[in-house]
Amino acid sequence: MTMLTPDTTSHTTKQPASIVQGPRADGQSPVLRCRKITKRFGGLVAVDQVDFDVYPGETVALLGDNGAGKSTLIQMIAGVYRPDGGVIELDDQAVDIRSPLHARDLGIETVFQDLALCDNLGASENIFLGREIPGKAYGMLPGLNEAKMRAEAKAVLSELHINIRNLDAPVRTLSGGQRQATAIARAVYWKARLMIMDEPTAALGVPEQKKVLSLIETLKQRGVPVIVISHNMQDVFEVADRLFIMRRGRAVADLRAADTDANEVVRLMVG
Amino acid sequence: MRARFFRSSSRIRSMSVNSTSLSSTIDDDNQSPKGLAALAGRMWAVLFLIALIVFFSLVAPGFFDLFNFQAVGANMAVLLVLGLGQTFVIISAGIDLSTGFVMGLASVASALVMQSLTGYPLAVIIIAGLATTLLIGIAAGAVNGALVAYMRVPPFIATLGTLSIAEGVAYVLSGGPPVSISTRGLGFFGNGFIAYFHPEAGISILGLPNGVSGSAVREVMGFFPLQVFYIIILASFCGWLLGRTRFGRHVYAVGGNPKAASRAGIPLAWTLFKIYVLCAVSASLAGFLYVLRFNGGVANAGDALMLSSVAAIAIGGASMLGGEGRILGTVVGALVIAVIQNGLVILGIDPFWQYVAVGAVIIMAVLVDQAKGKFLS
Repeated sequence: MTMLTPDTTSHTTKQPASIVQGPRADGQSPVLRCRKITKRFGGLVAVDQVDFDVYPGETVALLGDNGAGKSTLIQMIAGVYRPDGGVIELDDQAVDIRSPLHARDLGIETVFQDLALCDNLGASENIFLGREIPGKAYGMLPGLNEAKMRAEAKAVLSELHINIRNLDAPVRTLSGGQRQATAIARAVYWKARLMIMDEPTAALGVPEQKKVLSLIETLKQRGVPVIVISHNMQDVFEVADRLFIMRRGRAVADLRAADTDANEVVRLMVG
Repeated sequence: MRARFFRSSSRIRSMSVNSTSLSSTIDDDNQSPKGLAALAGRMWAVLFLIALIVFFSLVAPGFFDLFNFQAVGANMAVLLVLGLGQTFVIISAGIDLSTGFVMGLASVASALVMQSLTGYPLAVIIIAGLATTLLIGIAAGAVNGALVAYMRVPPFIATLGTLSIAEGVAYVLSGGPPVSISTRGLGFFGNGFIAYFHPEAGISILGLPNGVSGSAVREVMGFFPLQVFYIIILASFCGWLLGRTRFGRHVYAVGGNPKAASRAGIPLAWTLFKIYVLCAVSASLAGFLYVLRFNGGVANAGDALMLSSVAAIAIGGASMLGGEGRILGTVVGALVIAVIQNGLVILGIDPFWQYVAVGAVIIMAVLVDQAKGKFLS
C-alpha cells in the first residue's frame, strides 16, 4: 500500500482538467475508486489525473477513441502498469497493484481481448489454470483432483447457462463464444469483485455476441460490477448502466446510459 | 429516447437468447466420423507399431520371439530415457540439442569416478557413479535453464552452446578413447535380468542359478531385462509428473500460450528452468544406463541418439510447436524406432538403412499430424 504523489504537471494547459467524481447521493461506496490516477510514457501523458468510480452491480462502459487512454487506465487497474500518480482504492482500501497476478488476488479479473486461454488445454483446465486443486494421482501419489475441478467447472458453466459438451476438449476446438464464456466463467468462479472486459464481443458472430452480452447481464445480477471496453455502440447501450468517456488522457463525461444516445457519445469521444 | 428504445428492445432479444444453450450454434465435436478420425490420429503410432510388429513377424524369422522382444526393450532404454526429458522440453515449445553430449559427458565422468574407485564395494561404486551422473545432469540443466528461462536465449542456440561445451569437456576428461571400468558384478546391473531359468538348476531371481558355471551359463535363460525395469520406472515417473501433477499441467500451459500461463500466475521462468534441468538429468541418466550396459563411458555415446529421441517424440504425437505430447507417445515412438532397427538387423539389411527408414517414419508422422489437423478443422 503506497500513496503516490498526485501528478501536478500537465502537458497542456489549454484543455480543462478531467471531470471529478464525488460520493454518490445514496451514500453507497464504490467497489473501485480511482483518484487523480496518472500514467506517463516518456513525454506522453496517457492518463491524466483521472477519477473513476465503479459501484456494486453496475456495468460501466469505458469509451474513447484510439489513444484516449482507456486501455492504459484499464491496465493500471489490472496491474499491468503501475500509475505514476494518484490512488486506487478497492472497497475503500488503498491498494498498490503490483502485477496482473496481484490484481487477480485482489479480485480484479480481466478478460482480455486475446482471452488469455491456453488453446491446447480444456475448458476445465483453463478455468483452474495456475490454481489447480491438489489431489491424488493413482490413489497414492500427489497429483490433481481432476474430478473435482471438472465438476466445479461444469457447475459454474451451467450457472452461467453455458453448454460445453466436452470439458476436456482443447478450447481451440470451441466456438468463439464458448471460449469467451470460458474466460468469463474463470473470472466468475474465482469470485471476482470487479470484472474488466476488453472488447468482449469483437470477433464473435451475432448469436455469440448476444450470448456474451447476456453473460454480462448475469454478472450484473450477481452483483459483480463490470467495466466493458467496446467500440460497438449497440453493445454498449445494450449492457451498460453508465458510460465513462475519455479523450486524450482525460475523463470528459460520465453519463447514465438512459440519459444519452449514440450521437452524443460519439461527439464526446471525438471532441 | 432512441437509445432507450434500443436498449429495451435488445434486452428482450438477449433474454430470449439466454434460454437457448450455446451448443446449438456450434459444431458438435463429438460426432462419430470426426471422433473416429481423432482417435485414429491419436492412435496412429500405436497402429503403426502393431503393423510393424506383424510385418517383421511374418518376414523376419526369429523376430517374433520373447527373447528378441526383450532385446528390443533393453536396446531402446538409452534412447527412450534421452527422450523422456526431451518430451517436457518439446511440449514447452523448446528444444534441447545438448542431450546427446550431456549423456556422453555423464557417461565419461561417472565412468572415471567409478574407475577410480575400483576395489571398493560394488554398492559404493554404483552410488558414486549415480551421484556423479546426477550432478552432471543438474549442472548442465541449470546452465540450459538459466540461459533459456532467465536470459531469454532461444533454446536452439543456448543448447547448441552447451552441446559443444559438454562435448569438449567430455573429450578433455576422457582424452578421446572410451573410459572402461573393470569391476566384477557391474555388468549385471546393465545386462542382467530379473529372473533366470536353467533346465537343471531351476529358477533364480536377480542372479544366475546356483551351481551354474562354465558352458552351462549359455543354457541359462533370462527373463525381464533390468534395462527394461529401469525404463518402466523412469517412464512411469515422467508419465506421472507430466500427466498428473501441477507442474505437468504448467508445462502444457507454458507451451500452449506462455502469455496466458503467466497471466494465470504460473511462474514462467521457474517452470522453464525446471523443465531444462529435468531434461538434462534424464539425459545424464541415459548416460548412466549406457555405463552400466557397456561398463564404460564414451564422449560421443549419445551423438546419434539425440535426434533419434526427438524422432521418437515426434512419432509419439508431440507437436514441435509446443503444447502437445505425452510420455506414452514417446514410449511408443521409441518402440517404433527400436523395432525398425531390430527388424532390419534380423532381415540382414545393411544397418545404415535404418536411418532411411526412421527418417521416412518421422516425415510420415508429421504428415499424419497435419492431415489430422486439416481433417478436424
